[in-house]
Amino acid sequence: MNAVKDLILKMADDSLIIGHRSSEWTGLGPILEEDIAFSSMAQDKIGHALALYGILHEQFGELEADQLAFNRKESKFRCCHFAELPIGEYDFSLMRHFLFDHAEAIRYEMLSSSSFAPLAQLARKIKGEIKYHVLHANSWILRLGRGTEESRHRMQSSLNFCMPYALGIFEKNEAESDLITEGIFAGEEHLRILWEEQIWKQIDQAGLQFPNVPEKKVHMGGRSGRHTVHLHMLLEELSQVFRMEQGVEW
Amino acid sequence: MYGGGYIFSEPTQKEQDDHLDDPVMLAAFEARIGQGEKIEPQDWMPYEYRRQLIRLIEQHAHSEVMGALPEGAWITRAPGFRRKLALIAKVQDEIGHGQLLYNAAETLGKPREAMINDLLSGKSKYSNVFNYPAKTWADVTVIGFLIDAAAIVNQVANSKGSYGPYCRALERICYEESFHIKQGYDAFVALALGSASQRQMLQQALNRWWQPIMHFFGPADKNSVHSEQLMRWKVKMASNDAMRQQFLDSYVPKIWELNLTLPDPYLKKNLESGKWEFTEPDWEEFYKVINGDGPCNAERLATRKYAEEHGHWVRQALINSRQQFAIPLA
Repeated sequence: MNAVKDLILKMADDSLIIGHRSSEWTGLGPILEEDIAFSSMAQDKIGHALALYGILHEQFGELEADQLAFNRKESKFRCCHFAELPIGEYDFSLMRHFLFDHAEAIRYEMLSSSSFAPLAQLARKIKGEIKYHVLHANSWILRLGRGTEESRHRMQSSLNFCMPYALGIFEKNEAESDLITEGIFAGEEHLRILWEEQIWKQIDQAGLQFPNVPEKKVHMGGRSGRHTVHLHMLLEELSQVFRMEQGVEW
Repeated sequence: MYGGGYIFSEPTQKEQDDHLDDPVMLAAFEARIGQGEKIEPQDWMPYEYRRQLIRLIEQHAHSEVMGALPEGAWITRAPGFRRKLALIAKVQDEIGHGQLLYNAAETLGKPREAMINDLLSGKSKYSNVFNYPAKTWADVTVIGFLIDAAAIVNQVANSKGSYGPYCRALERICYEESFHIKQGYDAFVALALGSASQRQMLQQALNRWWQPIMHFFGPADKNSVHSEQLMRWKVKMASNDAMRQQFLDSYVPKIWELNLTLPDPYLKKNLESGKWEFTEPDWEEFYKVINGDGPCNAERLATRKYAEEHGHWVRQALINSRQQFAIPLA
């Protein structure tokens, strides 16, 4: 069962960290409507993390969600590097949201028929929410890809910058073959193929070029606990108040 | 949330002050308001009514958007899932209120962009209270409980006003704000009933925020400039003093029952008059902060400017689009 635990943990950590990042747009968006959209997505993502940590607690006897999220060592986190990067400019955050959420949508679609019932049940709920994240990302990629010269240029540069990180989403877990044989999850490689097909269509429609990334340039390591410096700073901030005093209610 | 009943003065052109309305139309307008009718965007209205309403709603909208900043800075540090999710949702609501209110003000003829430009240039004001820092997590709970509570007193009153679009926006806003108070109170009580250091953190935050809270409803009625006409036109619905009394009456007992103190030895309810007595807060400080010299004015505006400047290319792409087809939004 370790493989399924690893799978759920990395999904939960991705959701928590990207949700935390999205929440940083509150008050800073290019238009108010985008502040609101990123806040909404942040709530969904953090809610997904909570539900996934909940499965770890209930099914595998791990600590409670608050302890897992707010009081765990950095090296125990399994999020990908892509989620860890700071929000940067809106073009980067939007492109990350686009690339990440397409992967999320496919992942939860695949998991909704998982043989591990608690995950399948949650995946069916979550995929209904992610659908709107994808719609939001698609409409903005089109608008800005086909907007002004500057917006097109920014979207293309962000896409080029993001792609080596985005491919790190699909870093495999050690015991992934067990998940595939047991019908729990069809695997990262399969997910990546579906993802590339799906985003290619959108990128093409937006008038952008699909960047070619050599495998050795892909940012790996997050799934085995090696992280960027950004995660360290994020976790310090995330847990600053929570760790002021242990064992109290906040 | 909105910072109280004080409509800040802004520079105006002299010709606006000299504008004369048709006396027959004006009488008919005042009669409609007297009968409790709502004024709608397409209706005739006096020049000054329109101007004051734009100013009021615009300042209210700015306050929502700027008010998101002190609390928003704590979203990333909120302790635990419950507080974090609630705070994001709450701050998101405030931005949403800003959006609703800019829309309401736009019905009077001033575009959102113009309002935001006036905010950034310092011409248009926002609630003073957001020019103070939220130093600790306890400050966030004080804001969420007491500033939101104070804002509700003001907004419920204004929702009974005469301008239709503003009233409808306020009804929805008040509905959401009533959840914000619960959110704030819950987090406030958790600290009040928590460990010694949590209580101490809360007491210190309360001490810091008491003066801005007392400033919140604006100067005493006897010193407040433009009330009479605005109250007749139902632009301003309750006097500063009345709102402050209502707030003290509802919330001071809730603070005291948690064995917390307030930094005013003269604060008490006079049982004969039924009125609260208190030490006048420092009004010089109030005007100093309005005029840009508060602890966080520069920082708040700089953040807003950063967002505007860095989002410029996005807005430009939306306006100046060479889109080759209509984009399905959903």
